[in-house]
Amino acid sequence: MLRSILNQTWSLVSFIIRRDRLRIPLWLIGITVITLMIPIAFDDMYASQQERDTMAETMKNPAMIAMVGPADFDNYTTGVMTAHNMVLFTAVVVGLMSILLVTRHTRSDEEEGRIEMIRSLPVGRLANINATLIVLAVVNILLALLNGFGLYALGIESMNLEGSLLYGATLGATGILFAGVTAVFAQLSESARGTISYSIAFLLIAYILRAVGDVSNETLSLISPLGWVTQTEIYANNLWWPVILLVGVAIILFFLANYLNAIRDLEAGFIQVKPGKKHASNLLQTPLGHALRLQRTTIISWAIGMFVLGISYGSVMGDLESFFEGNEMLEQLLMAEEGYSLTEQFLPMLLLVMAILATVPPIMSVNRLLGEEKKNRIEHFLARAVSRTQLIGSYLLIGVINGFVMLSLTAIGLWLAAASVMDDVFAFGTIYGGIMAYYPALLVMIGVAICLIGCLPRFTSFVWVYVVYSFLVLYLGGLLDIPEWIGKISPFGYIPKLPIESMTWTPIIVLTIIAFGLMMIGFVGYNKRDIEG
Amino acid sequence: MSVIEVNNLTKTFGSFTALNGINIEVNQGEVFGFIGPNGAGKTTTIRILLGILKATSGTARIFGKDAWHDAVEIHKRIAYVPGDVNLWPNLTGGEVIDLFVKLRGSNDKHRREELIERFDLDPTKKCRTYSKGNRQKVALVAAFSSDADLYILDEPTSGLDPLMEQVFQQCVLEAKQAGKSVLLSSHILSEVEKLCDRIGIIRQGEIIESGTLSELRHLTRTNFVVETKEPITALHELTGIHDLEEQGQMLSFQVDAEAIDAVIKHISQFGIVKLESTPPTLEDLFMRYYEQRDEHKAGGAS
Repeated sequence: MLRSILNQTWSLVSFIIRRDRLRIPLWLIGITVITLMIPIAFDDMYASQQERDTMAETMKNPAMIAMVGPADFDNYTTGVMTAHNMVLFTAVVVGLMSILLVTRHTRSDEEEGRIEMIRSLPVGRLANINATLIVLAVVNILLALLNGFGLYALGIESMNLEGSLLYGATLGATGILFAGVTAVFAQLSESARGTISYSIAFLLIAYILRAVGDVSNETLSLISPLGWVTQTEIYANNLWWPVILLVGVAIILFFLANYLNAIRDLEAGFIQVKPGKKHASNLLQTPLGHALRLQRTTIISWAIGMFVLGISYGSVMGDLESFFEGNEMLEQLLMAEEGYSLTEQFLPMLLLVMAILATVPPIMSVNRLLGEEKKNRIEHFLARAVSRTQLIGSYLLIGVINGFVMLSLTAIGLWLAAASVMDDVFAFGTIYGGIMAYYPALLVMIGVAICLIGCLPRFTSFVWVYVVYSFLVLYLGGLLDIPEWIGKISPFGYIPKLPIESMTWTPIIVLTIIAFGLMMIGFVGYNKRDIEG
Repeated sequence: MSVIEVNNLTKTFGSFTALNGINIEVNQGEVFGFIGPNGAGKTTTIRILLGILKATSGTARIFGKDAWHDAVEIHKRIAYVPGDVNLWPNLTGGEVIDLFVKLRGSNDKHRREELIERFDLDPTKKCRTYSKGNRQKVALVAAFSSDADLYILDEPTSGLDPLMEQVFQQCVLEAKQAGKSVLLSSHILSEVEKLCDRIGIIRQGEIIESGTLSELRHLTRTNFVVETKEPITALHELTGIHDLEEQGQMLSFQVDAEAIDAVIKHISQFGIVKLESTPPTLEDLFMRYYEQRDEHKAGGAS
C-alpha cells in the first residue's frame, strides 16, 4: 500500500532536481555568499572591541531589537555581532526560498495541470509531495553545511566550529520548517497564488510576533518559529534546542501535508475561494479609480515600507553622536560644518537618501501606464469614450500624489522615532520641510518618466538609470571627491541641504517649471503616437 | 448613409507596409464581414478605425468624423470586442463589465443581467481564473449591453463553444434588426456567410475583393454534378471547366460563372438524367483567392 502510493518518488526527485538545476544552486550560492561576506566586512569595519561596543550601544534600543532580535550586548564579539545582525534576516530569506520552491513543485504544477499528467502515469498519489519535501530537505541540509563550514573556514577568532555549525543549522532548520508550512498551505489553498500569500503571511506574522515579543513579552516570541531562531545565542551560549524544535515541528507538518493531500481530490483545496464582487464600485468605474485600484496593494505596501524606513532611521538618531566618533569613513562622508552637531550634519544625507527612495513608487505608478499598454489592456479604454489626455492624466495624478504621500510618511516616521529616542529633538518642521524641499526634484523625475512614455516609450527604463545615477553620485559624491557638476546633472543636486544650508527658492521654482514642461511634452507626445498594445 | 468610410488608407511600420491604400465602406444597418488570413491587416485596420493607431496616409471616418481626431466623440457610439481579450487578473468579470459600460457612457442594468445569463458567465470570478472563451464573453456582454450604433468585432468568437457562438449570432442579428451597423472580422467563414450582408477580403494589406456574397459568388466557379444517358464527350475542350472528375456514371466539375451557359448547352445534348449545382461556399471563394496568390507566386518565381 505504502509502496504503491509512493511509487516513482525517486524518479520525481531527480526530475525536480533536473528542472531546478540552476535555480537551486543560485539560491544556495546567493545565501551563502551573503552569510560569508558580512563577518568579513564587520571584522574589517569594527576591528577593536571598543568599536564593537559602540555598535552594541547603537543596537541596544527597542527599534533595533524589534528588527533583528535580542543579543548578548556585553559580549559583542564579531561572531555575536554577525549572528545578531544577520541570522534572522537570512532565516527569513531561506524561508522565502522554501516557500517559492515548494509552491512551484506542488500547487503551481497542480494548477497548470502538470500533476494531472504525472498522475496519469504509474506514479503514486503521494509521490510528488514527498519528492518535493525530500528535495527541500536535502537543499536545506546542504545550505546548513555550506554556511556552517563556510563561516568556520573564515578563521575569525570569535567564530568557533560549534557556533558556525549552529548558525548553518538554524538557517537550514528554518528552511525545512517553511517547506512544511508551505506544503500544508499548498493543500489548503486552491491556487499557487493563495499558497504563496498564506505562507508569506505566516512568515510575516511570525516575524511581527517575535518583534513585539522581543521588546515586551518573551512568551510571544516563544510561539513564533522566527522567535526560536533568535533564541539560539550563536557564538555565545550556542543553544541547540531551537533547531531541534524547528525540525520537530517541520516533521509534524510534513505528515499533516501528506494526510491532507491523501484525503483531497486533485486540484481541490480546503479553503473555499469566496466569490468576488458582482458589480464594480462607483470609484472603479472611472479611468482614475481603475488605475488606483490596480496599484492599491503596491502603493499601500510602499507606504508602509517608507514609514518603517523612516522609523528605523529615526530610531538610531539618539546614538549617532557616539557612533560617528572614531569612524573615519563616515566622518569623511559628512564634511565637518562648524556649529552643527554630527546628527544635524547626518540629517541632510539621510533626507536625500529617503527622498530618492521615495521617488521609486511614484515612477512605478506612472510607468504602470506603459505596462498596461504592453499587456494590450489600454485599448479597452481608448476604444471607449476615454481620451488619451484623460488616461495619462490619471496616471500622472496618482504619481504626483503618491510622491507627496511617500515623502510625508517617511518624514513623519523619522520624526516620530527620533522624538522618542533623542534628548534634544528636532522640530517636526525641520524634518518635514527638509524632505519636502526634494518634492520638485521628485516631480522632475516623474516628468522624465511621463515624457518618455509619451515620446520614447521604448526608453522608459532610462528613468531608472537616472534615479540610480542620482543616488550614486549624490550619496557617494562626498566620499569619492566627485566634482560638483556631476552631481548637478541630477535634479536632486540643486536642492538646498536643509537644515545646514539655508533655504533658496530659485532651484525649487525652476525645477517645478521644468517638471511641468516635461509633463506637457509627454502629454503632447502621447496624444500623437500609436498605441502599441 | 455610410457609417464607416475608409479611403485609400495606408499604414506603414518602419519599412513594413501593413496596409496599402485600402477602401472600405460600411452602410447604416449593414453587417460587413471582413475576412482574410492572419497578418493580412484586419486588426491594423480596426485599430486605425478606433484611433489607437495613426494612419500614415488616407482617411478613416466613422459617422462622418475623423477616426483619429474625434476618437472620443466617436467611441461614445461604438462598442468594440477585441479578438484577444486581455483583462486585469485581480478584478472580477462583473467589475470589468461595469467599468467598460460606464466608460462608454450609457448604462443598462437589465440588459447586462440578461446577457450574463444568455452567455452563461459567472461575473463573481476573478479574471485570472477565466479561460479565453470566458474573457471573450466579458467583452461581448460589455459590448452588447451598451446601446451602440456601430459594433466593431475583431474575431470575437475564436474561443467560444458552438452553443455560445449561436448566442453571439443572435446578438448580432438583434443589433442588425435594431438598425445598428456591424463590422465583423472573422476566420469562421460559415459565420460570416450566415451574418454578413457585404464582405471584404483583405490580403497582404490590400482589399482584393468586396461586395455582397452573391456578387462575390458571381466572380467564381459553381460546382456541378451531372449524370447523362450517353457519355459526355469533348467536355474538357470547353473553356471555363475545372477539376473534371469521373465518378462511375457521374461527372463532377467546376465552371466559371461566364461559361455556365455554354457548358449547360453542351451537356444537354447527351440527355441529362440528373443535374446538381451548388453555389461556391465562402470557403471555396476564400481558398480560390489563396490559390491565385500561390499561382501568382509560382509564376513570379519561374
